[in-house]
Amino acid sequence: MNRQRVQSALLPVVAVLVAFLIGAIVVLADGKSPVRAAEAVIKGSMANRAAIGATLEKATPLILTGLAVIVGMKAGLFNIGAQGQLLLGSIMSAYVGYRLTVLPTVVHLPLALLAGVAFGAVPAFVVGVLKAYRGVHEVIATIMMNTILVNLTDWLAGGPWMQPDQAISKTPPIQASAEIPKVADLPVGFFLAVVMAFVVWFLLSRTTLGFELGTVGANRDAAHYAGMSVKGITVLAMTLSGALAGLGGAIETQGVVGRFEPGFNRGLGFDGITIALLAKVSPRAAIPAALLIGALRASSTQLQSIAQVAPEIVDVILAVALLLVAAPMIIRWALRLRNASGVEGVNLNTGWGS
Amino acid sequence: MVSDRIDHDAAAGGTAELLLEARGITKRFPGVVANADVSLQLHRGEILALLGENGAGKSTLVKMLFGLYRPDEGEIRIKGEPVTLRSPKDAISRGIGMVHQHFQLVPVMTVAENVVLGAEPCRGRFIDQRRAAAEVRKLSERYGLAVDPAATVEDLPVGTQQRVEIIKALFRGAEILILDEPTAVLTPQETDELLQIMRELAARGVGIIFITHKLREVMAVADRVEVLRGGRVVGSAVPSRTDEAGLASMMVGRTVVLRVDKTPAQPGAVMLRVRALQVDDDRHQRAVRGLDLEVRAGEIVGVAGVQGNGQRELVEAICGMRPIRSGTVEVDGRDTTSMNAKAVNGLGVAHIPEDREKHGLVGSYTIADDLVLNRFDEEPFARHGLRDFTAIDKQAEQLVQRFDVRTPSIHTETNALSGGNKQKVIVARELSYDAKLVVAAQPTRGVDVGSIEFIHRQLVAERDRGAAVLVVSAELDEILGLSDRVAVMSEGRIVAMLPIEEADRDRIGLLMAGGA
Repeated sequence: MNRQRVQSALLPVVAVLVAFLIGAIVVLADGKSPVRAAEAVIKGSMANRAAIGATLEKATPLILTGLAVIVGMKAGLFNIGAQGQLLLGSIMSAYVGYRLTVLPTVVHLPLALLAGVAFGAVPAFVVGVLKAYRGVHEVIATIMMNTILVNLTDWLAGGPWMQPDQAISKTPPIQASAEIPKVADLPVGFFLAVVMAFVVWFLLSRTTLGFELGTVGANRDAAHYAGMSVKGITVLAMTLSGALAGLGGAIETQGVVGRFEPGFNRGLGFDGITIALLAKVSPRAAIPAALLIGALRASSTQLQSIAQVAPEIVDVILAVALLLVAAPMIIRWALRLRNASGVEGVNLNTGWGS
Repeated sequence: MVSDRIDHDAAAGGTAELLLEARGITKRFPGVVANADVSLQLHRGEILALLGENGAGKSTLVKMLFGLYRPDEGEIRIKGEPVTLRSPKDAISRGIGMVHQHFQLVPVMTVAENVVLGAEPCRGRFIDQRRAAAEVRKLSERYGLAVDPAATVEDLPVGTQQRVEIIKALFRGAEILILDEPTAVLTPQETDELLQIMRELAARGVGIIFITHKLREVMAVADRVEVLRGGRVVGSAVPSRTDEAGLASMMVGRTVVLRVDKTPAQPGAVMLRVRALQVDDDRHQRAVRGLDLEVRAGEIVGVAGVQGNGQRELVEAICGMRPIRSGTVEVDGRDTTSMNAKAVNGLGVAHIPEDREKHGLVGSYTIADDLVLNRFDEEPFARHGLRDFTAIDKQAEQLVQRFDVRTPSIHTETNALSGGNKQKVIVARELSYDAKLVVAAQPTRGVDVGSIEFIHRQLVAERDRGAAVLVVSAELDEILGLSDRVAVMSEGRIVAMLPIEEADRDRIGLLMAGGA
């Protein structure tokens, strides 16, 4: 039992080590020094307080989008839409942040965060309802929702909510009263994200709601037998997932960017999928997974200046690690879905759709 | 008389060519023998029915005949020549066609495209649509399979899609056609049409193997029937020389007769009262049609019947898992007609579900979690929305002891257990809370003999404690051994309610078959 647990925890660690090794080989093949590259990463991500701050800053939204994807997966839902949910959460917190001017920090800051949470939840709620009551697959719905939300936020930031005297589209900066402060160079938002990881862990593993969510995810028919509301839980899980992504966007706006600027948040939602898989769908493990990616992303400038290595090496390393961790998981997941659909024995079902 | 093996050649008209022969086929899967020493013969122009309950080994057998599985022992001969079927492709090239329960059609393509798929007549680099359509029309006319070649498959009703599957097999030169529970997905009208088509095909020289557990269809269409039970052929018959009752008792009888020791029942107040109940099945066909039933505290009522006569829908309706169209269900005087599963369970109704893997358990959960699956939010297992793992583990330790679940630990994944032990987990959970009404559907299906005895004793203990017990089983011996009263179900109704003293096998067999 215990040995099994150790082994399964070891897999991502080994995968990351192998990924670094392959990264080193790629750097070497490019005629650069892997040692210098390693030095650059260490300098850029943890050599001093500022570097550590940068790592934590990068890791913060990743923890939250990772959690968003994890909550969905636990309930058997694949939320590809964390990106769109994060964008909407991000711009709404920016709007509340710059538009309301006379509020004290104790009101303004949480209010803007709440706006991010609520508006991250809204599109996910719609997807959840479509899934539960109309049978629309959440992957399709969230992909379409992403397109809508990317364009909607682009339009808002370049039109009605654009800062008038600027050449590029972005909202005005948020009021100081909505800013998430830094304490000794360390971003407070990060600690909020860590707290959320523990909250989600507690919710999933210690509460009856978490049990219902997991049961619906593992075996819908058994959930129905046990008298759980499969539809209700589906909507709730999706909404919760969107809320977490929205919170990630709000913290990014209020703690890092200081406004909404299209393009600044690109990829954060999709990195959430990477995190969820690296963390093997465990909320607490999302923290180290996000820190790893955050550290690599934080050191991209140093990689270029110290080691003359293109920062894309980071994506190579992440992709390899993900491939090693996720391939067996995804295969297992897909097989279980097939089995759950009632096809027994040899699988000959070549039908389309469900 | 019924189980006498008859002379095959005489039955098939003596001189008809032997198309397919299986000799001594055995197939083992980890932990089970799916087929043991099965032999059968199929002649040209003959319709052979394979009759048996779920899990009797019918599907495994035909999967071997179609090259999907390889037999561990035994030999398959086609037209007298021994063959090794490595894949369906092998089987098809030797003239075997199969129509699966789940159709293998591309919904967005036309009938003609589906039929020729993989063997398309081409014109240059494109499919010759006209020739494809002509081929389909030719086949459909020759065998009386009415279908429009230009129609898109997803627009067609299920019965017509099935016809497309048959045409597909014929297009590939099938002389031997295997139909795996073809009527399971059909409406009664579509079923009649299919039976007509089968007769037509047989008249034109096709040999048909037809899997079913419906007696009426066997009587209507089969030239010969082989009855399977527990992976073995337990009897052969010619429908014209037997009757449905004989087939029914052959199908559900058990070689090992199990005695259940119990004292006479002490029936008390009515715990379950079902009145004029109407319930639909998954295909929106009426499955329970005006059913009345009463079960009293302190008695076991067994529901006997051939599978698919509405038993599953009855159980799910009583337990709040399936909407009730009309009629009422009362538990201990409370109207539960519109209650959901949770509310019904809350009133003290235990439910051992028919399909343990699908409904009864979450395989990836620990035994401790599965033991609270439907009471996870009740005290002492949870308080204010927080789960109490001390209480959950404590009950798990107790139940594992009391119900003799063989497991290394209560934190083992339920998936790791054997079928019998999984069933014990469900029985333990459902019998742990002193229910007023216990509904047990197929409580011992696929369970080893030792566990069967144990589960039976537990159900009797529930009765003696004062619970009302409703047992639905496809095993007539189980019904006869356990019940104080036997309800015979046929076509969605209780057609007879017999005290156990008056319930004998032949009489029940006759009633199950819909006779008076």
